[in-house]
Amino acid sequence: MSDHPTMYIKNRLYWVLLAAGALVMLFGFYAVHMMEHQGHIITGMNNQIVWGIPHVFAIFMIVSASGVLNVASIGSVFGKIIYKARAPLASLLSIAMLAGGLTVLMLDLGRPDRIIVAATNFNPTSLFAWNVVLYSGMFSLVIVYLWTMMEQRMNPYSKTAGIAVFAWRFILTTGTGLIFAFLPARQAYGSAMLPPMFIVLSFAWGLAVFHVVQTSIYAWNEKWLDPAILQRKKNLLGIFVIGSLYMVATYHLTNLYFSHQIGFERFILKDGGVYPSLFWWGYVLLGNVIPLFLIYMPGLGKSKCVMAASMMIIIGAFSLLYVFIIGGQAYPLNIFPGYEVSSTFGDGKIAQYQPSLYEFLLGFGGLAVAFMITTVSVRVLNFMPQDKPYIAD
Amino acid sequence: MSDINLQRRNFLKTAAGAAMVSVAPGMLLFDVAHGNPNAVGKVRWGMLIDAESCKPGCNDCVSACNKENGLSGGTAPTDSQWIRKIEIKDVSTGREVSLPMMCQHCEHPPCVDVCPTGASFKRVDGIVLVDKHRCIGCRYCMMACPYKARSFVHEPLSDQNPDVPRGKGTVESCTLCVHRIDQGGQPACAEACTNKAILFGDLNDPNSEISKKIHEVASIQLRADLGLNTGIRFQGL
Amino acid sequence: MKILVSLLLSLCLSVTSWAGESAVPKLDMGKGGQCVKDTQWMRKNHMHMLKHQRDETVRKGIRGENSLKNCIECHASLKDDSVIAREDSFCVGCHRYEAVKIDCFECHSGKRKSAWLQQRNAK
Ligand code: HEC
Ligand code: HEC
Ligand code: HEC
Repeated sequence: MSDHPTMYIKNRLYWVLLAAGALVMLFGFYAVHMMEHQGHIITGMNNQIVWGIPHVFAIFMIVSASGVLNVASIGSVFGKIIYKARAPLASLLSIAMLAGGLTVLMLDLGRPDRIIVAATNFNPTSLFAWNVVLYSGMFSLVIVYLWTMMEQRMNPYSKTAGIAVFAWRFILTTGTGLIFAFLPARQAYGSAMLPPMFIVLSFAWGLAVFHVVQTSIYAWNEKWLDPAILQRKKNLLGIFVIGSLYMVATYHLTNLYFSHQIGFERFILKDGGVYPSLFWWGYVLLGNVIPLFLIYMPGLGKSKCVMAASMMIIIGAFSLLYVFIIGGQAYPLNIFPGYEVSSTFGDGKIAQYQPSLYEFLLGFGGLAVAFMITTVSVRVLNFMPQDKPYIAD
Repeated sequence: MSDINLQRRNFLKTAAGAAMVSVAPGMLLFDVAHGNPNAVGKVRWGMLIDAESCKPGCNDCVSACNKENGLSGGTAPTDSQWIRKIEIKDVSTGREVSLPMMCQHCEHPPCVDVCPTGASFKRVDGIVLVDKHRCIGCRYCMMACPYKARSFVHEPLSDQNPDVPRGKGTVESCTLCVHRIDQGGQPACAEACTNKAILFGDLNDPNSEISKKIHEVASIQLRADLGLNTGIRFQGL
Repeated sequence: MKILVSLLLSLCLSVTSWAGESAVPKLDMGKGGQCVKDTQWMRKNHMHMLKHQRDETVRKGIRGENSLKNCIECHASLKDDSVIAREDSFCVGCHRYEAVKIDCFECHSGKRKSAWLQQRNAK
């Protein structure tokens, strides 16, 4: 690798980016400090909506961290050369986003000071506890994988490590889906569709993130992606988007099939105010229809279009997660089927949620962590894809 | 359905346990070695709530709970409510019923299954508690509870009841007034109910008043379809 | 300059070591009587005792005489009925001096229970 010239982000720009990232991170820590001091009262979360914007950010990052590794897997497991050249960057992004997502999750805890308690007490029936194992395992595996790719002597082991990462990340995303799938009491969750749905979503979101990052780094280095490579990645992205749309549609359709779920589906898809709007406009239109149009429409599908499509897919991802996580909690629990219910604790009522600035600061702080890790590493180490003149494989 | 649920849960537990043995045998052995010596589980505390005697508009149990446990009594979405009155109306018949709602002290509590640190646990006498020394405030238990019985402490507190420590950043819920039960007392709500709608006692003792009563009158568990075998039962629903 | 710095440093060191020997600042011991174990032992091991008692009580419902409530019953000041209200309060003085931070009183009341009850009933 080292005989290829490395690309450097220009100095000035690099420091400006770093400063901006640090600033956002600082705001994030300010939010954490305030939450630590005053409690969750300063967030919009409450006893009805117990998981809010921080979880939307965290789950986006964790799911994408798994999906972005797809790029690496296609390279190492299926031996495609153009993807292989991108495996180091994909792995780096995965680590960065995992770190960002976990930081947010951890700092949103009611007692982040007790994180050591979570490490020393392990409840084997808890999906959360297992996920902590899965996340740390993923960290270590990806680091080993990176090492096998970057260190010449270790190259022979790269394929094995790649396969291990490939398997692990399936389990990891399954675990993330299961966090929700194991909540049979809630209408929105407790569905066996969730783990596969999250896996396919992770493909689309991960590739979109990868594309945005890659394009940005190329642009900062004043380089352009080979159109043939763009063409292939774009087609893959399109397939993933179609796949994920299919999974989401199936999830809602199976819900519609069960009569006790119809009330919930009507809420999420039609009557629920902000949730149906975000679902249809944010997720379906902005996150799927327009990107597919940009990708497949003859005459479109150029570099700018694919970049725009990727960004929209990410916005769609946030919309979907907002609807899924917060909308899913807003719909009341059905403790008394067949009864009209009222109480002082929000029974039978749609829960209200007004996200606060602190939550967004925390979420963006997590993104900034991921951004900083990526930016610094790309500069310090050799993470840029090194394409040989394109050969079809 | 409930049987299947239960079997599935037990299967998952076994599977997780098996995985646990292979992952961390040391940890598991530790658990066994330090297991509870009185794990015979002779007593199971529970309640029978008579919805027919419970009066709409009466809030005595709630006030008693708030006073006993030092809750503010506020009803904002961020305030803790360990017990609440629910008014329900049968959509098809129009019949209205009022009843108190709190932690149902399940035999197979979902909150305990999901808690990553084991802070949520079930005492041998069937009371489901949060060990607030171990709770990290992740709120997964609140997501898992089918009864929305749990609250999260959103603000710093002061001047708590010495018997009932509570603090910011942890999850809490009805404790069946453990501090009273351990001294031979009964929960504050049961004591306060002027309509005698809350009967507290040992479900495992065939001679207890509650056992005899549930033997005679029809009573149900809420969300019985989930197969959780709650310790709180309702009659007259 | 160097001499000055080293002089200051040695001065500081001697002060701290001197302070270390003088043991704990004067504490408000509360009611008095006999502690649950001998004083030397308590000084060293009270945290282990409390943590053990905590798990016994919370997890198993065993409420012994080593309970935190019991410590407070005895050790709360006779002036303000608290183990945490002042600089020289029982659970504060030592810890501040030793730079130990405990979070117990975020949840646990630092007041003697009888006094707390009196106050609540007066309201
Ligand atoms: C019956 C009253 C009583 C109870 C209950 C009690 N103590 Fe004490 N404790 C004392 C007295 C009196 C002393 C001082 C003995 C002395 O000065 O020699 C003391 C000394 C101590 C000391 C050493 C103080 C020093 O100056 O070195 C510690 C620490 C301590 N107690 C902690 C506790 C803890 C923790 C508990 C609860 C588990 C507790 N005590 C319960 C009466 C009590
Ligand atoms: C987040 C709140 C919280 C914090 C912080 C906390 N506790 Fe507790 N503690 C509780 C609760 C709740 C109980 C159960 C009370 C009961 O059942 O009577 C309890 C019970 C106890 C008991 C048994 C009851 C008694 O009075 O003896 C001990 C001992 C105890 N805690 C020690 C500690 C110590 C030591 C610390 C600090 C290291 C601490 N706790 C911090 C909430 C807390
Ligand atoms: C004689 C001085 C003294 C007094 C009085 C005292 N402590 Fe301590 N305490 C200490 C010291 C010193 C440590 C730190 C020991 C260590 O670091 O190993 C400590 C540690 C602790 C810890 C463990 C902290 C941790 O992070 O693990 C707890 C809990 C605690 N004390 C509770 C109390 C309570 C409650 C009281 C009042 C009833 C009290 N202590 C009174 C000296 C004291």
